[in-house]
Formats: sequence, C-alpha cells, structure tokens
Amino acid sequence: MAAQESEVPATTPGIEAVAAVARRLLPEAGVITDRARLRTYECDGLAHYRVTPALVVVPEDAAQLAAVVRACAEHLVPYVARGSGTGLSGGALPHAEGVLIVTSRMRAITAMRPEDQRAVVEPGVINLDVTRAATPYGYYYAPDPSSQQICSIGGNVAENSGGAHCLKYGFTTNHVVGADFVTADGDTVALGGAAPDSPGYDLLGAVVGSEGTLGIVTSTTVRLVRLPEEVRTILVGFESTDQAGAATSAIISAGIVPAAIEMMDALAIEAAEAAVHCNYPDGAGAVLVIELDGASVEVEQEYAEVERLCAENGAFEQRLATDPVDRALIWKGRKSAFAAVGRISPDYIVQDGVIPRTALPQVLKAIADLSSSSGVRVANVFHAGDGNLHPLVLFDDAVEGAGEAAEKVSGAILDLCIEHGGSITGEHGVGMDKAKYMPRMYTDDDLDTMQMVRCAFDPDNISNPGKVFPTPRLCGEVPGRHKGAHPAQEAGLAEVF
Amino acid sequence: MSTGTLDRTAREAIASACADVHDPQPADHVDGVVPGLVARPADTAQVAEVLRAATAHGLSVVPRGRGTKMTWGTPPAGADVLLDVSALDQVLDHAAGDLIVATQAGARLRDVQDVVGRGGQRLVLDETVPGTSIGGLLATNTSGPRRVATGTARDLLIGITLVRADGVVAKAGGRVVKNVAGYDLGKLLIGSAGTLGVITDATFRLHPVPAAHRWVHAPCDDPAQAQRLAQAVVHGQAVPSAVEVGWAHGHGTVSVLLEGREDGVAGRTAMVRALLGETSTDADDAPGGGSTYPWELGATGDDRATALKLTFVLSGLADVLAAAGETGVALRGSAGAGVAYAAVPAGTPVEAVAATLARLREVCTRHGGSTVVVDAPAGVKAGVDVWGPIPALDLMRRVKDQFDPDHRLAPGRFVGGI
Repeated sequence: MAAQESEVPATTPGIEAVAAVARRLLPEAGVITDRARLRTYECDGLAHYRVTPALVVVPEDAAQLAAVVRACAEHLVPYVARGSGTGLSGGALPHAEGVLIVTSRMRAITAMRPEDQRAVVEPGVINLDVTRAATPYGYYYAPDPSSQQICSIGGNVAENSGGAHCLKYGFTTNHVVGADFVTADGDTVALGGAAPDSPGYDLLGAVVGSEGTLGIVTSTTVRLVRLPEEVRTILVGFESTDQAGAATSAIISAGIVPAAIEMMDALAIEAAEAAVHCNYPDGAGAVLVIELDGASVEVEQEYAEVERLCAENGAFEQRLATDPVDRALIWKGRKSAFAAVGRISPDYIVQDGVIPRTALPQVLKAIADLSSSSGVRVANVFHAGDGNLHPLVLFDDAVEGAGEAAEKVSGAILDLCIEHGGSITGEHGVGMDKAKYMPRMYTDDDLDTMQMVRCAFDPDNISNPGKVFPTPRLCGEVPGRHKGAHPAQEAGLAEVF
Repeated sequence: MSTGTLDRTAREAIASACADVHDPQPADHVDGVVPGLVARPADTAQVAEVLRAATAHGLSVVPRGRGTKMTWGTPPAGADVLLDVSALDQVLDHAAGDLIVATQAGARLRDVQDVVGRGGQRLVLDETVPGTSIGGLLATNTSGPRRVATGTARDLLIGITLVRADGVVAKAGGRVVKNVAGYDLGKLLIGSAGTLGVITDATFRLHPVPAAHRWVHAPCDDPAQAQRLAQAVVHGQAVPSAVEVGWAHGHGTVSVLLEGREDGVAGRTAMVRALLGETSTDADDAPGGGSTYPWELGATGDDRATALKLTFVLSGLADVLAAAGETGVALRGSAGAGVAYAAVPAGTPVEAVAATLARLREVCTRHGGSTVVVDAPAGVKAGVDVWGPIPALDLMRRVKDQFDPDHRLAPGRFVGGI
C-alpha cells in the first residue's frame, strides 16, 4: 500500500495573498513556504495519505488565526486545521492548494476554575496537561484518548475523540461547554459558555466532532470532573475472547457501570508484551482491564461483584493493581497497544468501528473467520464496555497484494459494524479515510441533511474540504434531488464513490 | 391572535396526507394563536406527507407532542397546521443488554420509563412537566435535578429520525453510544422548539436503576451559606445525583440526592450530613414535593407567573440567590449544575417584570450564564426581551435558512425571531 501523494501546483491562486497576510501578522518562524519544511506536515497519524500543503502557518494566538482564515475566505483558499497531528483518519490531511493552520503554539491553559468545575484551554494544549493542571485541585479532564500524552484538545474537539473512560463519563462532546470559534468567514463567535444550556441552537454540539469542516475552535471551556475517592484497576486473564465478552455482559447486566472495560486478544497482548513488558497473564487468550471508581464503599462492593462475575465466566487470573505504578503498567499495556503492534508486524491498519456491545461475540467470530479465510492477521484491542472496536489489521507492504488484502479485510470489518447496527467510527473520525464508507451507513437524504449544516457554516466549502463527506453538495443546490453527475465531480473537485 | 382558517385546497391537501385531521379546539391553541387545522399523523411517513403538503401550499406548521408546554417560547407568527405527533406513541425497542431505548417522539416520558424500568433501567431525565412527551422534552430541552449525575438530553440522546420542513426524512446518530460518524444533528435539534425539523423517533442511552436513594436537606438563611454548603458537596466525595436549592423570602434549603447501593447510600448520606451540619436532615422525599419549578404549571392565560430560567457558573450561586431575594422572586433549581428557575408572580406589572428580569440577567451574565423567559402571559412576553442577548445569532439564522428556507416551521417561536 504505497503512500498516496500529490505535488504542490506550480501556482496556487490566492495563496500568495494569504501568505502575505500571514507574514505581516505572524513571526517569521510561523509562516512556512519552504518545500522541504512543508513536507514535514504532509500527513497526520494516518501516514499512507500524503499531501504537501501550499502554505503552513503557525499562529500564536486567536487573532492571528482568525486573520489567516479571513484571508483564506477572501481569496477562496481552502484551509485545514491541525493540532498535534495524531489523528488516525486523515482528518488533518493538508490540501494541496491550501493552507495548513497548525495550532501547536496556542498552548495556554488560560483559566483553571475548579470552583466552577471549568478550565479554559487553547486548542494546542495537550490533553493530559489539562488533567495534570487540574489534579492539584482534586479534578481531572475525563476524555482520555490513548494518545492523550501527545494529542491536542483542539484535535479532540474536532474529532470528538473519547477514550477508555467514555463508558461512564461520556466523550469529548459531553465535556465541552463553550468555545471561541472562528467561522469560515474569519469571524470569531462565542458558542455555548461557561454555564450550561446557552439559549439558541446548540451550535457547539454540531461543531464538536465536525472534523474541522465547520470552522476552527480557538479556545475551549471544558468541564472538569472530581477525582474519585477510590479507583481500582483490575487485570483479568481469560482463555478466550468469548469468556471475556461474557464477563463484560455479566458486569453490565448486574447494573455496574465501570469507569472502563477494555479488552485485548492474544495477538494484541503479544504485541504489548513485546513493546512495554506489561506482564499480562501468561497464556491468556484475552485480558480485560476493568476500572472501577467512585465512593470507597461502593467501589469495594462492586469490586467483589466484578471479581465473582469474572470467575464465573472463566477468569483464570485476576490481579488488582496495588499501587499507582502497578496501575500505570496495566494501562501502559493497553494504551500502547496500537504502537506496539509495530513490533509484530511491519505494517498495520488501525480500524475503528462500533457495535452494540451485545453483538461482540458474533462480530469477533466473524472477524476471526475473515482473518482465517483471507490469511490476514487481525489483533483486537477495544473498549468492550461500549462496543468500540479497534481491530489492528496486520500486513507486510513488501509482499505484493498484502496491502490491498488488508484494506479489504479492514473494510469488511466496517461492513460488519454497520450490519450490526453500529458505526464506522467511534472516536477516530471519518476524515479522508472513511468518507467513502459514509453512504453505507447513511442514506443520501441523511447526508444531504448533514450538508445543510456545512452549508450554513461554510458555504464556500473552504474549511477542511474533502473530508467526512464523499460527495459534497454545493450549497446552492436543492437538496435531495440527484440528476446525472454531481457538479463537483464534473468540475474535478470530488470523486463519486 | 389568530391565523384564520385554511382555504379548501390546502385543507384537502393536508387531509389527503393524513387521515386524522380536525378543526382546532381551544386546547389546540398555541399560546393564543388559533391553528387553521390540526393534523395527527400515524407515523413518520405521514408526518413527511403533511410537511410536503404544507410546503406545496405555503403553510406554516407548528409541531406538538403532548401539548404540555405550548405556551413556552414566543408565540408563533403563524400556525396553519398544528402537527400533533401524539399518535406516534410507541416505545420501539428496549435493548436492555446494550442499555439503550428507541422510542417514538409522541410517547410520554413516563411510558418510556415504565418500559425500561421493567428491565431495571431508567432514562435519567426528570419529568419536570407531568405528561411530557419525548419529542416535547427534546424540543424544549427540559432537565431536572438529576442532570448533576448524568447530564441532560444532550448527553443521553444517541440517535434521531427527523422530518425536514420539505418533508424529507433523515436520520442522524444511531443505536450505539459511541458514534462520531457525521454531524451530530440531534444536538442541533435539542432545544430548537420545533424550528428545524420534526423529530419522530429518538434513541437514548440508559442507566441502571439504583437500588437505593436518600435526600439530605439543610436549611440556610443567607446566600453565602447556601453557596458554601453546595460547594462543600460538589467538591466532596459523595457523588451526588442532585444538588438542589430552593429559595424564597431570604431563606431556603440545599438538598442533596444520593443514589446507589444500599450501604453506599447510607455511608454517603452520613458523609453529606456531616458536610451540611447539625441542622441537616435526611428523608426519602425530594424537596418542594418533587416539583422542579417554582410556578404553578396548571395556570393559564394571565394567571400564569412569569417563568424564568437562570444559568450561571457554580461560584455564582450566592449572587444569584441574593438577586432573587432583592427582587422578591421564588427560586428553585440545581445548585450543582448552575441552573435555576424563578417565578415572578402573576399580575406583576410588565415594567416590574422587566426590572426583575434585567437584574437577574445582569447577575447571571456576570457569572457566565443567561436568563430567559420560559413562559409568561402574552402582555409580559410582548413587553420584555424574552431571550436576552444571543451570541452567534447570525450563524443560527443561517442554520435555520438551510433547514427551513421558507421559515415554515414554528415561525417566530425561537431566538431572534427564528
């Protein structure tokens, strides 16, 4: 699966005008036009798509960022926002004729207000740094993608990326209450606020998870969550994923909502062991990482019940983390699983799909069948509590046809998710990578209706164009009527999938 | 105010789209506006037919669930068709193992609770207005004390089917809690007062019904003390499901709801009583007889109080209570979430209502929030700024223009005349 690349056009209309505005307002280091340096921004975490942007700007504050967007709007130059570049769906893939706006220098936590359970942060702030800043006050920021040590809040907001603790605490959209937002016109507006239930349409609810296609958030007011009185992290070994799945169901059916239930299968365990020596149970066909939190009395009771339910469902080893170091090691194994797979396979695709949790046994079996019939190995590591799968499809790009076979298996897994009433993404986003799958999940009418939102926010389609939707409707079109080729297709602006 | 009757052709078009149509009765009036016709479709397809017919004939449409909050918001500029979704009353699917429920919009919240309750689960949305439908709850974005624990409809809704103004049926979200594919249209529709589309079914995440619950009540007689108590609980380790405050005539009560396992609730009740002091008591019952609002829900016409919704950051509570005291309004709400409701008594002159509103709005704005008029007699609504300042109003108008370019749906019921 060779990297897909496009060349920068010799002349890009409008880009010089935008660059001139940027040079006037930003420090020299914040405006990048040198081709070699531009290439360092040619992909995000999904490296098999590569596009060199025409211009990269690195604003230091919201005013500079808004001015660049305003210049883009004036000259109809497309732009893409990028935080730390950890996204796994190509959401921050640059536009060859556009500007990449990098928020990594907007890194201030501008307010920490534990008394109001709020923090105000710039988009380049690293997710884990919010928790680090809130912890001395007895608070933390609940959304915790596996990349939380490097991913930015701006990226989390754009992708609505959640993490292990979504099961109990909800994902990013449940923790973002307000934002300063730069529209595709370059205007700055306040969405939501520090207090709940701002009057008017919940535009913030539409913006979170819109993958940068509606505009750019330059400041976010987030909800802080009280650190629990007690946390118990348990590592449980099973012989099979079926047993681990049954234990998960038993826990949920008992009315227990753990802070997290994560599952890894044998291949994922092997990878994690090879990378971080996390000392998971020997010979396990599956492990669960279960975290309980809350008031001590209740956690104690829930722990006893979870231990019993796991044993009843075939657990052969249960290990309670006895100190923070032990707990961190258990989580390290889980959170490093994606990267760790590189130790057992030269190349891999990280897939991200969701199923209703009760469908886990059937879907895992179907994935195993797909794997054996195609000869493509699949490692499973996922959020078992909420059905968010992350199959890691392994291949060797040096072997002819292996990449295509892996892509095929990866797509078939998404089809399985849709068949079972699930989703093609639970936290990584649609981005560039999955736009072609959107019509499998949604009808034309559903997608047209979503496009109405984009047309309201970005009628000229300059904010991260080409992402999320396979065939963007032009904003002057009457929705719901399709005749002949799409105008964008005819103009060579979009591909019909 | 009346919109008059429908002409014969338009009436026939609506009747052919939907078998159940009738002339409006007094109970069908929308905040003083007399609809031209009431249509009660049987399913989503008929809702779509009605909206297509309305589009073809240039008719305005006001959606209605169970009609429990039809005077909320601003009166519609037109209501040629009152679109009553109460026949869409089925709970479609309770998938207990997946902790979700799918329900039609006309189903009453309490019917949904009955169904999921049989499986030991609940939709953690308080029934703040008796008899409310799921669609009405979503359209008005009501929430109650338990929002402290699990949030509001915004946090629990995972999928919707909506019918657009042009009659096109669309879905967003789905049946799984974690889904980030595409735009979250559900959030846009929540609290939109029927101005963007008609929700015909909705899917929510559920939670287990706790084995036990207990309320702890503590009297207090000055705003600063109320804030201290609320902050002590919020920043403590009791994991409250609700932190309520009631305030009138310069004193009030802070009440804390604890839910969970028997032993846990007992332990945390003791913890909260220690925080709230010797005068605290504990009981099974909610404060104020369980009512969320400090006004009479059954009142009609000019007998209605002016009902206000106040929002503020948690540290603003003392100032909000003090302002309520100064203006003489009764206040009740969630000290743990920063949302409260106040009532200016019926019969208060408009100028006095406006002054109270201005004072409360000033203090809420200073504390990061807002004050809106939820409901009021016609004369009051006409004489005050119902919504207050709305940031990003231009963007909201652009969203409305996309979804409903002719402004046919619930015209004028929402912010900025939307």
